[in-house]
Amino acid sequence: MKVIVPVKRVIDYNVKVRVKPDQTGVDLANVKMSMNPFDEISVEEAVRMKEAGTATEVVIVSIGPQQAQETIRTALAMGGDRGILIKTDETVEPLAVAKLLAKVVEEEKPDLVLLGKQAIDDDSNQTGQMLAALLDWPQATFAYKLEKDGDALTVTREVDGGLQTLKLATPAIVTVDLRLNEPRYASLPNIMKAKKKPIDEKAPGDYGVDIAPRLSVVKVTEPPVREAGEKVEDVATLVSKLKAAGAI
Amino acid sequence: MAVLVIAEHDNASLNDATHKVVTAAAKFGGDVDVLVAGEGAGDVAAAAGKISGVRKVLHADGASVAKQVAEAMEALIVPLMDGYDAVFIPATTMGKNIGPRIAAKLDVMQLSDITDVIDTDTFERPIYAGNAILTVKSSDAKKVITVRGTAFDAAGEDGSASVEAVDAPAGPFKSEFVSEQMVKSDRPELAGAKRVVSGGRALGSKEEFDRLIVPLADKLEAAVGASRAAVDAGYAPNDYQVGQTGKIVAPELYVAVGISGAIQHLAGMKDSKIIVAINKDEEAPIFQVADYGLVADLFNAVPELTEAL
Ligand SMILES: Cc1cc2nc3c(=O)[nH]c(=O)nc-3n(C[C@H](O)[C@H](O)[C@H](O)COP(=O)(O)OP(=O)(O)OC[C@H]3O[C@@H](n4cnc5c(N)ncnc54)[C@H](O)[C@@H]3O)c2cc1C
Ligand SMILES: Cc1cc2nc3c(=O)[nH]c(=O)nc-3n(C[C@H](O)[C@H](O)[C@H](O)COP(=O)(O)OP(=O)(O)OC[C@H]3O[C@@H](n4cnc5c(N)ncnc54)[C@H](O)[C@@H]3O)c2cc1C
Repeated sequence: MKVIVPVKRVIDYNVKVRVKPDQTGVDLANVKMSMNPFDEISVEEAVRMKEAGTATEVVIVSIGPQQAQETIRTALAMGGDRGILIKTDETVEPLAVAKLLAKVVEEEKPDLVLLGKQAIDDDSNQTGQMLAALLDWPQATFAYKLEKDGDALTVTREVDGGLQTLKLATPAIVTVDLRLNEPRYASLPNIMKAKKKPIDEKAPGDYGVDIAPRLSVVKVTEPPVREAGEKVEDVATLVSKLKAAGAI
Repeated sequence: MAVLVIAEHDNASLNDATHKVVTAAAKFGGDVDVLVAGEGAGDVAAAAGKISGVRKVLHADGASVAKQVAEAMEALIVPLMDGYDAVFIPATTMGKNIGPRIAAKLDVMQLSDITDVIDTDTFERPIYAGNAILTVKSSDAKKVITVRGTAFDAAGEDGSASVEAVDAPAGPFKSEFVSEQMVKSDRPELAGAKRVVSGGRALGSKEEFDRLIVPLADKLEAAVGASRAAVDAGYAPNDYQVGQTGKIVAPELYVAVGISGAIQHLAGMKDSKIIVAINKDEEAPIFQVADYGLVADLFNAVPELTEAL
């Protein structure tokens, strides 16, 4: 089967963001950017499917600024075959991302689109589900285990209370959760090889999709800061403090 | 104006997350109806009718919605939206799964995981693992919203709304439910618990996790949580994970044992009323948010604490 993996360039998960003093957003200048960690997991899964002979081709797609090309290269170094960069400097909301991806799907005709369950910057957790709706495809979010079963996919999902297993007809949308796999690091030879892999450059206009945002930022503020409390000497002191505070 | 709230339940009982979403919906304004979609969930529908401020309960009963699979829920909810200005959904795995699907069908942007309703267009939601709070305004005519339960009090139960049957969608659908493995426990549910005891990587094994964390939680009548590291290592089930990409909790008391306090973990518990941290490293970031920090080896401190309670 052919697999499309959309990857997003986000602020690195180790960076603690700072809200801009003018409350218009967060400061992204000179901040380390990386591939959304969930997308590393979906790239890894697609590459493993290819290595196992269940996937024939892995196409990496990113929507974002020119630098998103680096994110695509990283995915190609992990084992993706080719890339598509839909270049824009605008803010692209999940609905618009999903609409663009739906157009890519129309052209590429994959059997599976593997996305992250959420991007760790905006934490929307929407894009995959929206894409499934736009295409009228079945979906399995928060995948914990993914198996090909003839023409169908059996997907076990992380849900509140435990695990749930669904069977999906293909083509289908799957979004990945943390425990699906442990992504590899790209080796140096593979990083070199990835430089030669093709990346198609497109613009949102090429797909005739209206990406105008539906949401506008009123302000971005700091959350209330929590002050560090006190260190207690021993268990007995802890218990008496908790009793005094009415916590136990 | 009218708002549709999607009930969270397991066909047997109504989850408290629903009551919290009703509070958020009431703040939005207008009539609040609750949709109970399930199979044999008559008791749940009756319970939903008792939530204060609810106008009526819509009850869809059928096999297609028994497990609230996304495609069937879309087929049920999208047509109902003709009669509503907004749909409010709990930000549980059920809600996160179906909300965006409904939004895309209605051609609107979902507002995810809101923590406040400012007016009918403007909402607050945390971004960047809770390190920034976004006030966001939507220009869409209909609103699709998932609600963070910890941000709203549960609505009361002095209502007496009528229950009205609606048809469950017929199907067939391209996805089907195969099976589920649910963790059975008599403990309070993590997301709504008044007290939570969480264990981290430092526990070292499932055996030690069960030997140390579980009795402490029993003594405190607390739910059990875990860091991602502890879950990844198999010390605790997946749905015990507290954090940015797991469950968000805000109990009266949160006890973090052998957890360093990574931003992703803090994002899931820093709104707890009282935080206790037990960690042998006095520099551990968890101490920066803890009301009471005990620098100690957990293998000594936890049994002692359990004993002392
Ligand atoms: C205050 C604020 C200011 C912002 N400013 C900007 C800005 O100036 N420029 C900007 O670009 N963004 C900006 N954003 C971010 C932008 O709004 C989000 O990228 C967008 O809403 C997508 O949400 P998400 O990534 O959380 O989606 P999710 O639904 O959480 O993403 C899930 C998955 O969808 C896929 N996906 C999502 N986005 C893409 C993509 N672009 N390409 C390929 N795959 C993708 C990935 O597989 C990802 O794992 C801003 C956000 C906020 C809150
Ligand atoms: C995309 C992404 C999403 C993530 N989402 C989450 C999430 O939702 N939730 C989450 O928790 N994490 C999440 N993480 C992981 C997070 O970054 C941390 O790696 C994780 O929280 C660490 O778990 P820990 O504190 O148990 O382990 P560690 O960081 O290894 O900390 C162990 C602590 O135990 C202490 N210790 C060791 N031995 C003892 C002893 N004998 N007695 C007392 N203390 C001891 C150490 O001093 C240390 O502070 C995510 C990461 C990524 C990349």
